[in-house]
Amino acid sequence: MVKELLIILISSSLVSNVVLSQFLGLCPFLGVSRKINTAAGMGTAVIFVITLASAVAGGIYKYILTPFDLTYLQTIVFILVIAALVQFVEMFLKKFMKSLYQALGVYLPLITTNCAVLGVALTNVQKNYGILEGIVNGFATAVGFTISIVILAGIREKMEYNDIPESFQGMPIVLITAGLMAIAFCGFSGLL
Amino acid sequence: MKENSAAERLKNGILTENPTFVLMLGMCPTLAVTTSAVNGLGMGLTTMVVLALSNMFISMLRKVIPDKVRIPAFIVVIASFVTVVELLLKAFIPFLYSALGLYIPLIVVNCIILGRAESYASKNGVVSSLFDGIGMGLGFTAALTIIGAVRELIGAGELFGYHVLPESYVPCSIFVLAPGAFFVLAALTAIQNKVKIAGERKGKDMSKIQSGCGGDCLGCGEKNCADRRTGADQSKEENNG
Repeated sequence: MVKELLIILISSSLVSNVVLSQFLGLCPFLGVSRKINTAAGMGTAVIFVITLASAVAGGIYKYILTPFDLTYLQTIVFILVIAALVQFVEMFLKKFMKSLYQALGVYLPLITTNCAVLGVALTNVQKNYGILEGIVNGFATAVGFTISIVILAGIREKMEYNDIPESFQGMPIVLITAGLMAIAFCGFSGLL
Repeated sequence: MKENSAAERLKNGILTENPTFVLMLGMCPTLAVTTSAVNGLGMGLTTMVVLALSNMFISMLRKVIPDKVRIPAFIVVIASFVTVVELLLKAFIPFLYSALGLYIPLIVVNCIILGRAESYASKNGVVSSLFDGIGMGLGFTAALTIIGAVRELIGAGELFGYHVLPESYVPCSIFVLAPGAFFVLAALTAIQNKVKIAGERKGKDMSKIQSGCGGDCLGCGEKNCADRRTGADQSKEENNG
């Protein structure tokens, strides 16, 4: 059991990295990666929300959708649950954990539109993961997201001072950087 | 009402406001499924069906849905159509279903669909909304097919599964793998930048061309998205106060 969980952990965070090989959550990856601090903040918020969302979505799938034979409704149910969950988390943090809210608050509403959250919930169902495996998979996926966004932010901070051809300024050079990172992450595929 | 005629809507979606090349919306599926021209075509047509149906339905309901809960209502409509299309694909076109896999349910979070619902279908009549959906969908399909064809041609030397390049051509397989998608999109945005800069030098209005994910508006490059978020924040504060 522990071995299986460890394999899920490594494969979801490094080998099939959520951004660099599955292209989920691309927009925050490109949009919030200007500074290392904000990138790390976004990463933490994503870890928090995805882990929670995969636990809740897994529970709903197992105890509500499967017994009532409603599994075909999974997409509709998951997207609504995730949107509601993010709102609840925001309200809860605002009320009871002021410091955490100040650190993560700005990123939370942005996560609803992050397709990685829905992607993880659906992957968990597709791969027949149990609730515990689902939570580990969600956590690992989000860690993979955090690793790649922090690395990209580091590179972008260094790149500020470079002389880049006019038409490649802005998004294109960031995409090329992401492509090179994706090549580097291909190296992990021999790991398992 | 010339602006809302069917032909004008189709032209607008395919050329003037092409969702991929001009507005840069919905980049996640664009990168993920364009490993071959067939996959790009399949994904594009699937999205088009959902877009046209949801646009039509949302336009019918536009007077019934209260303004405050419109986004969740739109999402439920879109998610229902995605589920219908997913089940149909599973039953009748299984090879496409297995090739696109996870990215079919993820059409729900494709911001082209929510963006059109918000900026067009919720304000216009049923017929023009339907054609707006078809036009935008065709524009998206054309873009995905072109990107898929380029990647397939360079990465495998094939086009729609047929060998077109001579045997002596050594395929550069990185282009059908994940990094290739980033490089192709980088080239695409660079060309877009070039056109935009050249146009601005000549004094044309290029504000329609957006840099998509580059903006601070995450999730979608739609202009309305920023307004929507600030609008949502305001209404939230009103509720708290």
